[in-house]
Amino acid sequence: VLGKAVHSLSRIGDELYLEPLEDGLSLRTVNSSRSAYACFLFAPLFFQQYQAAPPGQEALRCKILMKSFLSVFRSLAMVEKTVERCCISLNGRSSRLVVQLHCKYGVRKTHNLAFQDCESLQAVFDPASCSHVLRAPARVLGEAVQPFPPALAEVTLGIGSGHRVILRSYLEEEADSAVKAMVTEMSIGEEDFQQLQAQEGVAITFCLKEFRGLLSFAESANLSLSIHFDAPGRPAIFAVKDSLLDGHFVLATMSESDLHSPELHRLAPPLQAPSTPHLDDFASDDMDSYMIAMETTGDGEGSRAVPSMSLSPGHQPPSSPGPYSEDNETEPSTEPGTPPPKKVGAGHGDSGGRRGRSGLQNSLCFLCSLSVPLAVLWLHPGPRTLPSRPQPCAG
Amino acid sequence: MEVVVQAQCPGPSLSLPAAGVSNMVAKLAKACTLRISPEKLNFIVSDKVANGGVSMWCELEQENFFSEFQMEGVSAENNEIYLELTAENLSRALKTAQNARALKVKLTNKHFPCLTISIELLSVSSSSRIVTHDIPVKVIPRKLWKDLQEPAVPDADVSIYLPVLKTMKSIVEKMKNISNHLIIEANLSGELNLKIETELVCVTTHFKDLGNPPTARDAAARDRDPAQMAEVHLDIRRLLQFLAGQQVGPTKAVCNIVSNKMVHFDLLHEDVSLQYFIPAFS
Repeated sequence: VLGKAVHSLSRIGDELYLEPLEDGLSLRTVNSSRSAYACFLFAPLFFQQYQAAPPGQEALRCKILMKSFLSVFRSLAMVEKTVERCCISLNGRSSRLVVQLHCKYGVRKTHNLAFQDCESLQAVFDPASCSHVLRAPARVLGEAVQPFPPALAEVTLGIGSGHRVILRSYLEEEADSAVKAMVTEMSIGEEDFQQLQAQEGVAITFCLKEFRGLLSFAESANLSLSIHFDAPGRPAIFAVKDSLLDGHFVLATMSESDLHSPELHRLAPPLQAPSTPHLDDFASDDMDSYMIAMETTGDGEGSRAVPSMSLSPGHQPPSSPGPYSEDNETEPSTEPGTPPPKKVGAGHGDSGGRRGRSGLQNSLCFLCSLSVPLAVLWLHPGPRTLPSRPQPCAG
Repeated sequence: MEVVVQAQCPGPSLSLPAAGVSNMVAKLAKACTLRISPEKLNFIVSDKVANGGVSMWCELEQENFFSEFQMEGVSAENNEIYLELTAENLSRALKTAQNARALKVKLTNKHFPCLTISIELLSVSSSSRIVTHDIPVKVIPRKLWKDLQEPAVPDADVSIYLPVLKTMKSIVEKMKNISNHLIIEANLSGELNLKIETELVCVTTHFKDLGNPPTARDAAARDRDPAQMAEVHLDIRRLLQFLAGQQVGPTKAVCNIVSNKMVHFDLLHEDVSLQYFIPAFS
């Protein structure tokens, strides 16, 4: 299951943020254009043994290249057949994430993956605040996206007449294209949904490729997938949940434009500041381009002031002049603003006699100082949406 | 000019052969022409330079497939419609129709002319699911119709029944690695050979006891030595394209060879007739 989750996260971003929390182990990632965020939280009960941090010390956060972590779980079939136990530990001193796979016949594979200290990656989102919800077994949604071409980037999800849920391929308008592309539309009756709370006529458009990442995980784990969304332009939250784990994918949606008919929406990912035009220069820097918030104290909760996301082109970015790099600090911003980060999906395993196959031990002993202000990454549905040009979705 | 075509049929009966044809066409050429007339549907790929001179003509009788068929062509005298579309779109659309309860095909105009395929899927739950595909098409003007007529069946030097196409395909696939130039030859004694020759090596595969269709046998047999081979030099890739597109074995498969000019394949799949012309290597 852990491997499948990693595969699913790898569809979104190139770096994996690992953070052992009291609630469980969280694996998070964002895509390069910051228009998609994904997080899996594995409750402690998922593991045979779980220790977030040695007593008296803080949990170590780290980020590693998705590719390296994925390579441990690359062949899911093999993992399923041969691995009996998996131990993951963070060794702060040598900056190595050690993944040990204890396999059949006494074979033990040890992977030492280099990691970097990083800020905590958290998104601010609250599924409960979204006005519309859809929930269906993953299988239904899997069948729903099946007619669409695998290469299709974006899809529009909406409620049509008769309370039917409609998925329609979204195509960028190209005025001069001689070859028009095929448009596919899938309509599903509301009886197929476990929960449908939305009015007719609402619709959002989001990146299908990224959604497929979560969908394939949900299908393999046979879970229900719920979609929480609001007005177009506000991010949509896709969630799966069971007693031992929690998964959330937050994807940007297109905002409405005045020019086009309701079925065509112009995209402007509203989520993050980096999408402001003048910060696009920094988009070429790696993941930690501009996104700062502030200093955190030890745990992720006690946040102080945070900048609101600047979202219109004319608006000056609230703080740091340049891209934030995790190795060096920048001045923390002092703009008042948004409330402290919402804890991402607190799923607790209550019952669940299921014994996870991975055990987690965390040995921390790191010597580097923590004076580096650990920034909190905000993916915050901003007050204003960008009228800027569409952002490509990272597949 | 208004053109309306509407057909409704239970899914699998149309989708399989039509999907098979469109799959095959998709492998062959990017664009193909669909000709709709009151009795028939034709898929046409004409012999342009882009296709390497290969042409294809495929015919289905509409009444074998559709429970309801209604069309209105360009005009009363020319009651036909010629549409150009991307074969891959059609094959993908028809792929979703494999488990369909009903399928409807309609010519519509949504910002641009489209062939709208509306598929009602079988669903576990009580509510039905509907998938709609809008395939952009281009209506071909009447003045171009003459280029898209049924090609004349040539007077073949030899006509022979083909061996199992799958076998032929795997052989040709291996041969492709050796050379691009394939010689296909056959005679009226039921023998067919596939040959490739290079400086280093010469590979020939012999098929025997294939049988020759009666008409050819009567007409040409009088003046032709039954053992004499008629041969054509082909680009192996064209032959492979043809063979690769044949997913299902045909009911009947005939190969007509016009010496040094071209090969003509005449296949019959259930109710779908398919003709394929590969010119000789120039």
